[in-house]
Amino acid sequence: MAQLSSNLLYTAFVLYLVSIVFFSGAIKAKSADGTKIAPSRSAKIGILITIIGFIAQVGYFITRWIAAGHAPVSNLFEFTTFFGMALVGAFIVIYFIYQTPLLGLFTLPIAVLIIAYASMFPREISPLIPALQSDWLHIHVTTAALGQAVLSISFAAALIYLVKVIDQTKSDKKTFWLEVIMYTLISTLGFIIVSTAFSMANYESTFNYIDKNNAEDQIEFAMPAIVGPNEGELQSEGSFQPLIEMPAIINAKKLNTLIWSLGSGLLLYGLLRLIFRKRVSAMLQPLVKNISADLVDEISYRSVLIGFPIFTLGALIFAMIWAQIAWTRFWGWDPKEVWALITFLFYAAFLHLRLSKGWHGERSAWLAVIGFAIMMFNLIAVNLVIAGLHSYAGS
Amino acid sequence: MNEVKCECGHVNPHGTILCESCGRILDDKEKDKQLLDMRYEGSARRSQTYNKTIIDKIWNFFSSVKVGVWLIVLTLGASALGTILPQEMYIPPVMPASEYYEDQYGWVGKLYYELGLHNMYGSWWYLILIASIGVSLVICSLDRVVPLYRALKTQRVSRHEGYLKRQRLFGISDTADADMDLEKIKQKLKAKRYNIREENGNLLAEKGRFSRWGPYVNHVGLIIFLVGGMLRFVPGMYVDQILWVREGETKVIPGTDGQYYLTNNDFILEIYDKETDDEVFDAAIDRVGTVVKNYQTNATLYQKKGNTIPGEKPELEKIKDKEIRVNEPLKIDGFALYQVDYKRDELNKMLFRLENKQTKESYGNITIDLFDPQTEFDLGNGYYVEVMSYFPDFEFDGEGDPTTKSRIPNNPAFVFNMVTPENPDGEVSFVAIQQTIEPLGDNEYKMAFNGVETKDVSALTVRKDLTLWIISLGGAIFMIGVIQGAYWNHRRLWIRKMDGQIWTAGHTNKNWHGLKRELESVFDETGLPAPKDQLSEDKKE
Ligand code: HEM
Repeated sequence: MAQLSSNLLYTAFVLYLVSIVFFSGAIKAKSADGTKIAPSRSAKIGILITIIGFIAQVGYFITRWIAAGHAPVSNLFEFTTFFGMALVGAFIVIYFIYQTPLLGLFTLPIAVLIIAYASMFPREISPLIPALQSDWLHIHVTTAALGQAVLSISFAAALIYLVKVIDQTKSDKKTFWLEVIMYTLISTLGFIIVSTAFSMANYESTFNYIDKNNAEDQIEFAMPAIVGPNEGELQSEGSFQPLIEMPAIINAKKLNTLIWSLGSGLLLYGLLRLIFRKRVSAMLQPLVKNISADLVDEISYRSVLIGFPIFTLGALIFAMIWAQIAWTRFWGWDPKEVWALITFLFYAAFLHLRLSKGWHGERSAWLAVIGFAIMMFNLIAVNLVIAGLHSYAGS
Repeated sequence: MNEVKCECGHVNPHGTILCESCGRILDDKEKDKQLLDMRYEGSARRSQTYNKTIIDKIWNFFSSVKVGVWLIVLTLGASALGTILPQEMYIPPVMPASEYYEDQYGWVGKLYYELGLHNMYGSWWYLILIASIGVSLVICSLDRVVPLYRALKTQRVSRHEGYLKRQRLFGISDTADADMDLEKIKQKLKAKRYNIREENGNLLAEKGRFSRWGPYVNHVGLIIFLVGGMLRFVPGMYVDQILWVREGETKVIPGTDGQYYLTNNDFILEIYDKETDDEVFDAAIDRVGTVVKNYQTNATLYQKKGNTIPGEKPELEKIKDKEIRVNEPLKIDGFALYQVDYKRDELNKMLFRLENKQTKESYGNITIDLFDPQTEFDLGNGYYVEVMSYFPDFEFDGEGDPTTKSRIPNNPAFVFNMVTPENPDGEVSFVAIQQTIEPLGDNEYKMAFNGVETKDVSALTVRKDLTLWIISLGGAIFMIGVIQGAYWNHRRLWIRKMDGQIWTAGHTNKNWHGLKRELESVFDETGLPAPKDQLSEDKKE
């Protein structure tokens, strides 16, 4: 069962990749004469493959649930994968409302990145610790992830909007920040490539070091240590000797991974710039030529409107109910709780700003980007760096 | 007050921009605009009308969405600051916060502590931020909901032409047979669940008006929620206590005025086992080591019978047995007891043997209950042991004298006096774990260590929270309001016959794309064109 489950996930992943190809075909196939033309063949095939992929991933979810005996949303790998699945699901729904293959071309790569990122974490089926043994586990986590997924669609739409309207003939703050977004996405890809490569090469180097409580400990790096742990002594033969040693309060292993990701991202990004001789966003701009800016703006806003209630229900209300049962209080200012509140407040501010003039279009799109950044911060930094009660203990 | 009478005869409150009834523009400034600002139907809002007294100024300040957004953003930013380092309640109790932050995080930690960020969510300024949001919610809602309600209730079917042509969706068309076209449109509008009103051959189709109340409903929910949160500070509404109870021990449940007692029959800690648990977990167990499966206290709950004077042993009546686990609290009478902590193998009894050092012969065993030590043990035949002093948590103080750190037997030590036929006055011996001192010279006898009995201790949080239902109510109302406002839109279509032409205008509070698509299908095959978007045409390429 567990084997079947991971095969299904793999299938879904490949199908999503294939559908991206078809969606990009659909963009070129679309003629330039207006808004209302039936979706081309290519888009139809694209959405069909996406749906099959989605079904495969639902299959993964169900079989893993059966194998584990609990909903597979109990660690970082499972949660992040589920988030990717919800993102595809939300995309399918929005696709049928607005019929825009272009949205697929932007959403699916993000979903694929997220799923690939997820599989960099330990993938075993883990038993549930007592706090997680509750039906609220799947009620709360799935609703929260679904809400975040719908909110993320607004990011994808906002990205299309920005790529479309930002003037690429100049070089200013806007083009800079848009490139920062592209670079961040590329760095995620870099992280995935580098992690996969070193894990296939079975790279491992062990250090003895002194931790922040002045105790001796041992740590294993899965990537060559550019930065090493505090007073670290390399134990493995033939491993790379760290260039810089970190003080004890900094987690050298995580920092090292970050450096590798950003570095490989920079390399990839630099290569793209060298080959195409323009900004990545400028490269993408022709793709979005034919879509109405108003329409993507509305998709972006609409996704926030649809996602906000779901997110509130899942990430705050259900969360509070469960916290009352498992942790004796519905609210305790745990970092993860606070970041859910921050996300909530942020999108509340978004909705209020949208009511006033001047916060449509471009400004609203930037806000959608910030909203997504907050959610990703909650998913990545809060889990891995701040880590309170919620920590899934990923590393 | 100086009310404004519109040419149509309707009397509007002072400050109205668009006549509540016919939509005629009453404020000249609005006439220059290509499109009307339809946000609150051009109704007279207090905040837009008065700005003289200090109350007006406060009202206007808090009713502004701009201010509201600022308050939200400030709260958001402050909340984020509080997560940079752990809050005081989450730091380990190894040293006071004043030292901990500097010790762990250097100057950053020191600064964090000195700015008070280590206990931020309870700080006065954070509470003021939240309270301001609450005030703002009340005022901004009142400022808008009343006039909006009036305007939507009073609206007439026939709208003034200046109103119609300044709508975002607008069109004028000629038609040969207006009545037939209108009939078709009406049918289609009905099929799409529009409410249709007619007046002098003009038409108003409307749906989803209730969604306009969504924001106000959700704001009311939020206010109730905040009030619930505040009630926590009212004495008696909220109990948060901890109960440490040993196996076999019965203790009064704190916070219940001595009404309820709890016995810990057994504390159980289970871990996942590769042998007995599902083998799919093996890989995970191999990687992380031990994984806890269950924390459980088998408890019996008692209620006190009748009244007792303090000091008297109460008579207890058993209410129920319950296995308290994480996620499965014991509930009684508004209280809930949660499994939150434990201590395994706490020393409970110590066993000794009176022994002749030379012959190793034993003259009897004694068992000391570390929580209620007996002081004298008669072993018969002239053998007698007296416990002269007991230090449950022994250490030497500054002067080198033995003292106890606490009453928990973490490191018990005893001073024994051993009376034997050979030494009728007794020999004194100081016995601690791994250590024996004979302060008055060499003894013939000793108290030989003969084992320990240990018990688990379980910690339960005792919680009563009478604010929960208010908070739940607030949350539920909030959800209803948000859904109402987010999943429905208020859409209107006006059709007016003017000099043989047909004027059409459409408005929605959000989701214009949806309205346009809907109107396109309504006007399809009717001979009339759907109203056009006056705003976005110029933006499209
Ligand atoms: C955390 C606090 C708040 C939350 C969660 C919240 C939530 C909401 C939501 C969900 C909407 C509906 C938005 C839409 O459907 O597009 C809304 C509308 C609104 N909110 Fe708030 N709100 C909050 C605080 C405030 C404050 C402090 C103000 C005061 C300035 C305010 C003023 C408004 C106004 C004027 C509307 C629009 C009403 C209308 O369109 O008729 N809100 N709010």
